[in-house]
Amino acid sequence: MATLEHTEPAATGTPEDGVRRRDFINIAAVSFAGVGAGVIVLPLVNQMNPSADVLAEASIEVDVSAIAEGQAIKTMFRKQPLFVRHLTATEIAAADAVPVTSLRDPQSLEDRTKEGKRQWLITMGVCTHLGCVPLGAGEGEVRGEFGGYFCPCHGSHYDTAARIRKGPAPRNLEVPEYSFTSDTVVQVG
Amino acid sequence: MSFPWAEQYTPKNAFMRYMDERLPLPRLVYNAVGAGYPVPRNLNYFWNFGVLAGAALAIQIVTGIVLAMHYAANAGVAFDSVEHIMRDVNGGWFLRYAHANGASMFFIVVYLHIFRGLYYGSYKAPREMVWLLGLVIFLLMMATAFMGYVLPWGQMSFWGAQVITGLFSAIPLVGDVIHTWLLGGFAPDNAALNRFFSLHYLLPFVIAAVIILHIWALHIPGSSNPTGVDVKGPQDTVPFHPYYTAKDGFGLGVFLLLFAGLLFFAPNYLGHADNYIPANPLSTPAHIVPEWYFWPFYAILRAFTVDIFFIPAKLLGVIAMFGSILLLFFLPWLDKSPVRSGNYRPKFKMFFWILVVDVLVLGYCGGAPAEEPYVMISQFAAAYYFAHFLIILPLLSSFERTLPLPNSITEAVLAKHGGVDPSADTQTATAE
Repeated sequence: MATLEHTEPAATGTPEDGVRRRDFINIAAVSFAGVGAGVIVLPLVNQMNPSADVLAEASIEVDVSAIAEGQAIKTMFRKQPLFVRHLTATEIAAADAVPVTSLRDPQSLEDRTKEGKRQWLITMGVCTHLGCVPLGAGEGEVRGEFGGYFCPCHGSHYDTAARIRKGPAPRNLEVPEYSFTSDTVVQVG
Repeated sequence: MSFPWAEQYTPKNAFMRYMDERLPLPRLVYNAVGAGYPVPRNLNYFWNFGVLAGAALAIQIVTGIVLAMHYAANAGVAFDSVEHIMRDVNGGWFLRYAHANGASMFFIVVYLHIFRGLYYGSYKAPREMVWLLGLVIFLLMMATAFMGYVLPWGQMSFWGAQVITGLFSAIPLVGDVIHTWLLGGFAPDNAALNRFFSLHYLLPFVIAAVIILHIWALHIPGSSNPTGVDVKGPQDTVPFHPYYTAKDGFGLGVFLLLFAGLLFFAPNYLGHADNYIPANPLSTPAHIVPEWYFWPFYAILRAFTVDIFFIPAKLLGVIAMFGSILLLFFLPWLDKSPVRSGNYRPKFKMFFWILVVDVLVLGYCGGAPAEEPYVMISQFAAAYYFAHFLIILPLLSSFERTLPLPNSITEAVLAKHGGVDPSADTQTATAE
């Protein structure tokens, strides 16, 4: 070994600036292997993202014609509960009566519904605290202190626009992307 | 490694000599857990819990491997396959109850092991690495136990997975992306169940590997002892085998008796009835609680109910919960007192017991519904937990007046038993 190292600088011919051809080769080889390892990691991480069949079910149609005023239904959207609620005039008035700036997550009922369809409140049925299903969409369920939804897990109260009013949840119930394809049919997602 | 007076391994026959020159595995075992490892002579029964934790892991791995022969990790059939194990598989009920209660027994002995370390200052120099590796094992255990609890795909499995993975969505900006990535979907489903099964099978072997590092790091300075005084000579130690193999063997017998009592007489005592209902994404159980060994941390998570400045309450709770464990990684540098053992630190001893009560209170609140007075009690108890490590311990290390330490382990032992132990004399004589 010792003999080899003595002869090497002379053989590579660049002893003056202290950089040998071998140093370049070492750095190049290790860098290239590093890039290779990084590229291999990518599919290993990416395989954990939602697969094509999960994403394929990412859009649904809901017919709302059968939902009477004051009623709500629970359906499934992306394997999670979706609440579709037909608000009464009193409920709309109650939601409008609250000054928006006083809310934890300031949004008006307008922001959360479609123009001309403000009686249709469509939200995810997933509490923004830790993901439980709030009560209030089913017949006879507790609707909480503000007449909207109530999460039994950690006591979050939502109002008639499904906005967080009391309890640990940080945000209003999420409004998914949706549009009315006809007067009574909603496409969600 | 070890002390100069440690007994030396000598192969007893030609075959063992042949092996020793080629693969000295018997020598390694002899030096690690045989007569070749000198251990302080004064260890009490609290020093049993390391071996007991190892035994508990072995039980989990053995029962887990056979359960995996009958379990199906598919959201459609997982629940039924667990019922199949309980009803149809020969002795399946025994294996599953042993595995489920074995997890609880594992946590019981590990918590006692951790509190032993806290009381006797086992985390102090030169054993910091032993402590840090132990915490890594603890974190791996928690991840493994959580994922294992999801596998039966009952209501508590599903909603536990929903709540715990939901913690990651509290991370600002990238939280939702990480949440979806962890689950492989928008809510716990088949993808999540499959990956949890894969990791639940893998992690115990990772734990076993870290345990080897934990023991390796321990055997560099050697075991600590109830006085916290360093070993000074051969008279202070006895060989691990047969002295502590026998003592650990007795402890193991007691451990197995208690385990069998739980397993055969109250196998569902520590479980939740809700987990015998198949997972239903549309109906949340009224009262979601994790397994008892997570209760203290769950109480800290729920103690934050109001936003502080711009940080939402949810994120604060998550930070505090992870912080309560990460904090322990800094313990060797927070407690600077040169005296290790709580026996010689009267003030520390008092605060240690207050901490024990505090953690028990947190545990009780974590298992209770999220309503008053439990929330307020959790808030005070969580604040005290952090104060103990961040304020009380650093202050104690500067202001506490400690009791005089014995000159040696042997002196402490002889003082306790009031007289001169003839065997100690012989040992000293031999050493000289």
